[in-house]
Amino acid sequence: MRIIIIGAGVIGTAIARELSRYETDVVLLEKTADVANGTSKANSGIIHAGYNADFNTLKGKLNVKSNPVFDKLCADLKVPFKRIGSFVVGFNEQDLKELKKKKENGEKNGLNNLEIIGRKQLISQEPNINKNAKYALYAPEAAIISPYELTIAYADNAVINGAQVVLNTEVYDLYFEDGKISGVKTNQGEIKADLVINAAGLYSDKIAGMANDEFKINPRKGEYHLFDKEYGDIVNHILFPMPAKNSKGILVLPTVHGNILIGPNAYDTNDKDELSTTNKGLDEILKGARRLIPEIPEKGIITSFSGLRAALDSGDFHIDFSKNKGGLINIIGIQSPGLSSTPAISEMVVQMVKDYSNSEKYNLKLKKDFKQENPKLPHYYEYEEKEKVDEWQKIVKENEDYGEIICRCEHVSRGEIIDAINSPVPAQTIDGIKRRTRASSGRCQAGFCGPRLLKILSDQLDIDPLQVSKKGSGSQILKARSKQLILEKTKQDKKAGDQ
Amino acid sequence: MKNYKIIVIGAGPAGLAAALQASKDGIDDILVLERDKYMGGILPQCIHNGFGLEYFDQELTGPEYADKFIKDIDKNNIKVLTETMVLNINQDKIITALNKSNGVLKMKANTIILAMGCRERTRENIQIPGDRPAGILSAGTAQRYTNIEGFIPGKEVIILGSGDIGLIMARRMKLEGANVKAVLEIMPFSSGLVRNKVQCLDDFDIPLKLKHTITRIEGKKRLKRVEISKVDKDFNLVEGTQKWIDCDTLLLSVGLIPENELSKAMNLKLHPVTGGVYVNENRETELKGVYACGNVLHVHDLVDWVSEEAEIAGRSAAEYLNGNQEKRNQPIKITPEKNVTYTVPQKIEYKFKDKKFIKIFLRVEKPMENVKIVFSHNEKSILSYDKKIVMPGEMVTVNLPAALIKNDMEEIKLSIVEKVGEKNGRT
Repeated sequence: MRIIIIGAGVIGTAIARELSRYETDVVLLEKTADVANGTSKANSGIIHAGYNADFNTLKGKLNVKSNPVFDKLCADLKVPFKRIGSFVVGFNEQDLKELKKKKENGEKNGLNNLEIIGRKQLISQEPNINKNAKYALYAPEAAIISPYELTIAYADNAVINGAQVVLNTEVYDLYFEDGKISGVKTNQGEIKADLVINAAGLYSDKIAGMANDEFKINPRKGEYHLFDKEYGDIVNHILFPMPAKNSKGILVLPTVHGNILIGPNAYDTNDKDELSTTNKGLDEILKGARRLIPEIPEKGIITSFSGLRAALDSGDFHIDFSKNKGGLINIIGIQSPGLSSTPAISEMVVQMVKDYSNSEKYNLKLKKDFKQENPKLPHYYEYEEKEKVDEWQKIVKENEDYGEIICRCEHVSRGEIIDAINSPVPAQTIDGIKRRTRASSGRCQAGFCGPRLLKILSDQLDIDPLQVSKKGSGSQILKARSKQLILEKTKQDKKAGDQ
Repeated sequence: MKNYKIIVIGAGPAGLAAALQASKDGIDDILVLERDKYMGGILPQCIHNGFGLEYFDQELTGPEYADKFIKDIDKNNIKVLTETMVLNINQDKIITALNKSNGVLKMKANTIILAMGCRERTRENIQIPGDRPAGILSAGTAQRYTNIEGFIPGKEVIILGSGDIGLIMARRMKLEGANVKAVLEIMPFSSGLVRNKVQCLDDFDIPLKLKHTITRIEGKKRLKRVEISKVDKDFNLVEGTQKWIDCDTLLLSVGLIPENELSKAMNLKLHPVTGGVYVNENRETELKGVYACGNVLHVHDLVDWVSEEAEIAGRSAAEYLNGNQEKRNQPIKITPEKNVTYTVPQKIEYKFKDKKFIKIFLRVEKPMENVKIVFSHNEKSILSYDKKIVMPGEMVTVNLPAALIKNDMEEIKLSIVEKVGEKNGRT
């Protein structure tokens, strides 16, 4: 049985990994040059505790079910993950009421260690918090994760277990026989399928539309700003303000790699490619973040980016079979807490796949040799964090490439970069290397390592340096060889002269 | 753990000159650590001329300037480890470095000379909003691609910032056949050397748009166009002046940041204006036996002055090792005042011995003509120099004669004032 998954975001890759446990043919199609290239790369990177959503909603249920799974999942997949806890910060009695409501809701959802704390305790935990903050809802189970590294790790594990990840492949249409799915049409040709899972994120409504299932994704943009590690100790937990209507408000949180992240704001847009940042957004986010941590410094920003929430009007997730065609599962409207819910979403979808395959007389059998874990690749920064730099010696002795630092800001070695290019889902772009190794994600933003990464990519992939791109075709870094433009011009001038 | 008398961090112009000077002063146990494949720092990619006029009294290219030092380093048998990245230094002067052949290296030094240079500010540092396509890079990175790697990063080029690297790259891209559409500068004056503005822009008909900046970037994959806007004297955008310019490349020359991550690892405090550590006249930091020089200390316009400053650090390290230094009863603070943004050094701590004067580097906040550079003590002028013109883009050096320094002094102030009477005379 062949199962095609459309979209290699965190949902598509998680499902691919879960399905790769079974004796079946799993093909994951992604239209861009890498996995984790849409919403999965640009979000807050939080595994929510689960007190926010109503338990009667699908997202509420799936969030609460998923949260405890992450420790083992991330240990297996070698994904950075820290259970640091969160505070929702209140400033007055009205806020206190809301916090109590949230706590009650969380308890209904089965969270029994939520706690409302007072100012004194809050300040002892977060010394830089706004001095006017009075209360906070503390959720110890809230955690931070690198969302793109989780996505990449899911995809790598799926490939290790026999799934195929096919990049640069955009689905133009679905085709059906006798009311059932029989394949997809792509820019690379047609691919037959017995079951299709639509995990196309922002474009999941478009894919559903190919089966006449009507949905409307309303992209909602959020801008973020990331700070230099120098300011990494300014907060210790995930800090939420009292929530706004369309979002959880502007947060301040540490990242798993020791930076500080602030954002997002929330604006509806019609353009699913609209990922620009704005001055207005920056001001708004700084202002919002400073309500929590007044001393957030503007000059420490090392990068800014936007992400789009793939929201449905209902506000809930939609995970169901197509109403019109057989063999199509639509996963639509996965906005926050989507990342937090991936384990339960993939489990739910796998159950649906099993039910469908049974009804179609396919018998999905578990593989005997499923590899639960990803291999542990060496990363210098982990040795540095644990103050075990001396132990890196052994790694260098085995392979001297680990002795050459290519990214000076994040201390990434050549060996780590080559590993990324040779990983199960290989890094083939500068951004691909960045997300797998952190090279070029630091304060100089590729000023130093850019030319070096380009050379390594061109050598390893055996492609012309002119073909090396930031994020796939059309985003090549270089335009010409030295003297090429002059020679072309001279030729043109000569031609003009001859005429 | 291997011990060295001096370990120099960085084999750029500062590190090389400091190591050479210490070697000339009799220190034989010097190690220079360099992260690149070759010595010279940024000089090998600066293939244009204009180096060495002050120091060698002849005009050289960057590689030629570097070569003079590299030859001497070899001649003096100074040990240099290239492709070696220093990852940490602690307050006990223990250095952790990494390279291919040795792996993790731990070394101890009696003195350390910090000469890590600087890095370029990024788009993110100056917060240009918009898309995040390929085609936006710092002028120095573009210079590396063009002059070292042999590739041209763009065909239709806009340059933001009229710092020297921006000006040099405007000409370089033009010579390579690219269409350099404009150099934009947010200030009302070019922030580079005057000669570079003339030789790189005027001679090549490249327009310099003063009081302009970039307010938006557009392009999903590769840069397509930028929005430029005029700014008023407070750097606020002037509404209605926005204009889109098509281009595939944006080069940024918007300032340099001293690369002080290792200084911070040693708990050295950074000066808010220079971005470098605090030093006394010996270029000694707040940590005894640790020196800093060159662009890691403060950004210089001319490599010649980097070399000169590095020699001070190298000589001081040698004196320290030879036990040939004596502290004053009290340090003398040097405080920048009117139109002076900073001075290096920030204090005088040692007795002069045979030194005739100390050289003070300073920068001004705004351009002024016909000025006096005034040293004062207790609100009284003790020395002044006339100068025709001062500009933020050009560092000023002045000598403070040893004879003027008295033992009981606590503070010397430096200010730049208009020469009285001259202004009227000019009109």
